[in-house]
Amino acid sequence: MTPPLLEIETLHTSFSTEAGIARAVDGVSFQLHAGETLGVVGESGCGKSVTALSILRLVRPPGRIEAGSAIRFEGTNLLALAERDMQHVRGNRIAMVFQEPMTALNPVFTVGDQIAEVARIHAGASRRSAAAKAVEMLALVGIPDPAQRATEYPHQLSGGMRQRVVIAMALVMNPALIIADEPTTALDVTIQAQILELLADLTRRLGTSVLLITHDLGVVAENCSRVIVMYAGEVVEESTTVELFAHAHHPYTEGLLGAMPRVGRGAERLATIPGTVPAPTAWPVGCRFRERCAFAWDRCAKDHPPLYQLGSGHQSRCHLAEEPNRRAHPHTPLAAASGVASA
Amino acid sequence: MTHDQPLLVVRDLTKYFPIKRGVFGNISGQVRAVDGVSFDVAAGETLALVGESGCGKSTTGRAVLRLVEPTSGSVYFEGDDLLALGAGDLRRVRRKMQIVFQDPFSSLNPRMSIGAIVREGLTIHRLAEGSAADARVRQLLEEVGLRPEYATRYPHEFSGGQRQRVGIARALSVEPRFIVCDEPVSALDVSVQAQVVNLLQDLQRDRGLAYLFIAHDLSVVEHIADRVAVMYLGHIVEHAPVDALFSTPTMPYTQALLSAVPAPDPGVKRERILLAGDVPSPANPPSGCVFHPRCQHPARDAACAAIVPPLEEKAPGHWAACIKQTPTAVSWEAQRAAGGASPPEFYIPRAALHRSLDTSHSSPASE
Amino acid sequence: MPAIGVRHRLLRDRRVWIGLGVLAFMAVAALTAPLIAPYKPDAQLDIVQLAGQAPSSAHWLGTDPFGRDVLSRMLFGSRVSLTIALAAVAMAMTFGTLVGVIAGYFGGPVDSVLMRLVDAAFSIPPLLYIIVVAALWGDVGIVALTLLIASVAWFGVSRLVRAKALTVRDADFVMAARALGMSSWRIVTRHVLPNVVGPAIVTSTLAIGNVILLEAGLSYLGIGVRPPQASWGSIIQDGAERMSDQWWLTLFPGLAILVTAFACNALGDALRDALDPRQLQPLRDDDTPLITA
Repeated sequence: MTPPLLEIETLHTSFSTEAGIARAVDGVSFQLHAGETLGVVGESGCGKSVTALSILRLVRPPGRIEAGSAIRFEGTNLLALAERDMQHVRGNRIAMVFQEPMTALNPVFTVGDQIAEVARIHAGASRRSAAAKAVEMLALVGIPDPAQRATEYPHQLSGGMRQRVVIAMALVMNPALIIADEPTTALDVTIQAQILELLADLTRRLGTSVLLITHDLGVVAENCSRVIVMYAGEVVEESTTVELFAHAHHPYTEGLLGAMPRVGRGAERLATIPGTVPAPTAWPVGCRFRERCAFAWDRCAKDHPPLYQLGSGHQSRCHLAEEPNRRAHPHTPLAAASGVASA
Repeated sequence: MTHDQPLLVVRDLTKYFPIKRGVFGNISGQVRAVDGVSFDVAAGETLALVGESGCGKSTTGRAVLRLVEPTSGSVYFEGDDLLALGAGDLRRVRRKMQIVFQDPFSSLNPRMSIGAIVREGLTIHRLAEGSAADARVRQLLEEVGLRPEYATRYPHEFSGGQRQRVGIARALSVEPRFIVCDEPVSALDVSVQAQVVNLLQDLQRDRGLAYLFIAHDLSVVEHIADRVAVMYLGHIVEHAPVDALFSTPTMPYTQALLSAVPAPDPGVKRERILLAGDVPSPANPPSGCVFHPRCQHPARDAACAAIVPPLEEKAPGHWAACIKQTPTAVSWEAQRAAGGASPPEFYIPRAALHRSLDTSHSSPASE
Repeated sequence: MPAIGVRHRLLRDRRVWIGLGVLAFMAVAALTAPLIAPYKPDAQLDIVQLAGQAPSSAHWLGTDPFGRDVLSRMLFGSRVSLTIALAAVAMAMTFGTLVGVIAGYFGGPVDSVLMRLVDAAFSIPPLLYIIVVAALWGDVGIVALTLLIASVAWFGVSRLVRAKALTVRDADFVMAARALGMSSWRIVTRHVLPNVVGPAIVTSTLAIGNVILLEAGLSYLGIGVRPPQASWGSIIQDGAERMSDQWWLTLFPGLAILVTAFACNALGDALRDALDPRQLQPLRDDDTPLITA
């Protein structure tokens, strides 16, 4: 079997804050294979975006990647590279697509110039050939009249067009990996459909791998072959997408799936996860989801659960893997019980 | 008020924003944010206003409350013509109509404790003073699921979902009958979103509140709405009971909007209608049907670019603006011949609607 | 409740103690100047022997070319300088905030008119304006001088406050306040003002140094403080031509201005932070969960 394109091993990224050290990413390991689209899903504060920034080594102080972490990409540990070599990786072998296309583009340059710049930096292209490349890329991402559009500024384009430009910039050097951090969250649903379709089509044609970071399980279901669920700085479940939606194991994943409103379910009441995500400066001992979990028992307060292997490619960080019969006895989660009675 | 009269009646509401150019602020055009919108909201029911950014749904919500001044049209609340009210009367009526905002960060004054925020409405309308007001604030916080001890804390200490609850408590403080919910859960995480949706439903059940629920997310709407109005470029293009809208979307735009919602079922490959291009500028909307340049309807033709499609009843209670969908009840030509080109006169015969449809979506007021 | 919070936070802030300490020291020195000053501020001691002497045990801060004791002149001068600076800045801050809030909150033509006026005022050199007004006014005393200085110092504050008020006006919480039926007056006082005072205080305290120097420039031109009466500015002006050989004439009053400005600035920063509840400690973890539903 070929080695994975990207292999992350016990990644720890922390931020020193006034309230203490925030362990935003706390021992994350996963692999991504060539040509694969891997989804990373979780709610705000779960560490998914910091994971993405860590891969590109774009974490700024007071954040830092702790010693002992390893990010192997195409066989090299990115964390051991000199900054100069890292710059060669960014935008060339690994490209990033951000959530907000307006802030990802520089308002004072034309979109053509910005795409051409990537080609000039990384391929040393001449001014003329870089400009031609920019027009070619705009055509590739489905922008009508690309030669004209290349001369326009970001504010002259709509949100969907801007995101296409950002994708065009990411694809200039035909990178092996694209990290897309909530690429459609800022867009309308019909535009989101366009952009996801485009991304899927282009990466299929070019053989690019995608790390798709999102909070939307629907986006994951439609675009990813495998998915990682993150909670409180950790991977809590990893599986193929089909398996995850059919047989979610971790109570958090189950909670997310239940809380998600779906078209076609009618006026059914939504399931909720009580409580809130704990603070990253003081993750709870034992299982980090314990207080919000309907199955938690005394073991969950003591032992920090490892990622249990459930079947081929399906892992879950929940003691229920060892004691499945406890699932038969749900109770009111701690977080829901400790408050006032509902009015 | 009488029982068969809706709580809120909006007729031909328009809001045009002038486009100013140059040093002297010459008006060079108009953005037609809301362009002739009509709907009713009955007591205790939820009407969802759905559409993509720039369709005018938020402006509609604010114009209904006169938080932006409508350009024309009429808004009746409990029989009062809001647009005719003076400042004093408007303030009195506003007690009955509140708003909950999308952004949990800009909707609370960072310099006030959440107790003070919730208390403001009580003070303004002299609903409670002193220790009675303190008790009421605590009660309101409990009602939205927050610990009353936290009344002395400041907004930045709370998460997005918690702040949203404070915003809801503030709206409830003046005991309104109607709340405009302007994308109240769009900025929240999935699990928190479910908590807030459920809270809004509980409050509606307990207090008989009516909601105008503004959203871009159709999946949330299906859970909370009784009826849904779909907006595109300042117009309502479809308006139907929630089941009818989701089971038989009629207007091509609604069909595309529904099909674009990502389905959380990895096995199922659905037929997706991908819309071409972007929403045109409301400063220069297309002629005829505003949706025609992007429309995928097989029968789309020159007539679509020429005729402004009226909102007509395509099936009992199910209204849509598309000349290529034959109305099953009364043809729009016949309606127009009867002088009904603008919706108000024949709009939503609620009694008929509830006779012919499953009664599960009838509103308390119509019984 | 918030008032207690603010006071509590102010008392815990080291900047407050430093700032207050320095200003209190200055104030006491100014008030007790007749008692503690070693010489009379305008006494020309011995013009031949004692003119332009470097600091010594008899004259700690040296003497000026007229044989006057610099320390004594500074002590007396601080009365004039501090009064003018603090009063002018306080007035400028109040007026600038008022104009800025009105322009920013009400917007439209009110805003256009006010801001065009501010732009126009900005384009006139303050010194020129004061000279012209003073010439028309006639005899300019300390009070008139303070008013004149205040009248040119508020533009910056009003611009800044307006910009801030514009963003606050569009915040949803102001919309919510209107939806609750709140009057404009109440919205301005409860919601807009508390959100703009922070920046107003900080820019104002930064202006204190400038105001003292403006007063100095005016003294030099014979407006306001007239020789032989001393102010920090006038002492610097007197010494400006002899910077190379009689450095103590400019250094010590310059330091006094610097320290005063620094103290005011520290106080201003602390006040801004204390008024901002976001500076409070975040929730401790044992406080969660807040939500019960």
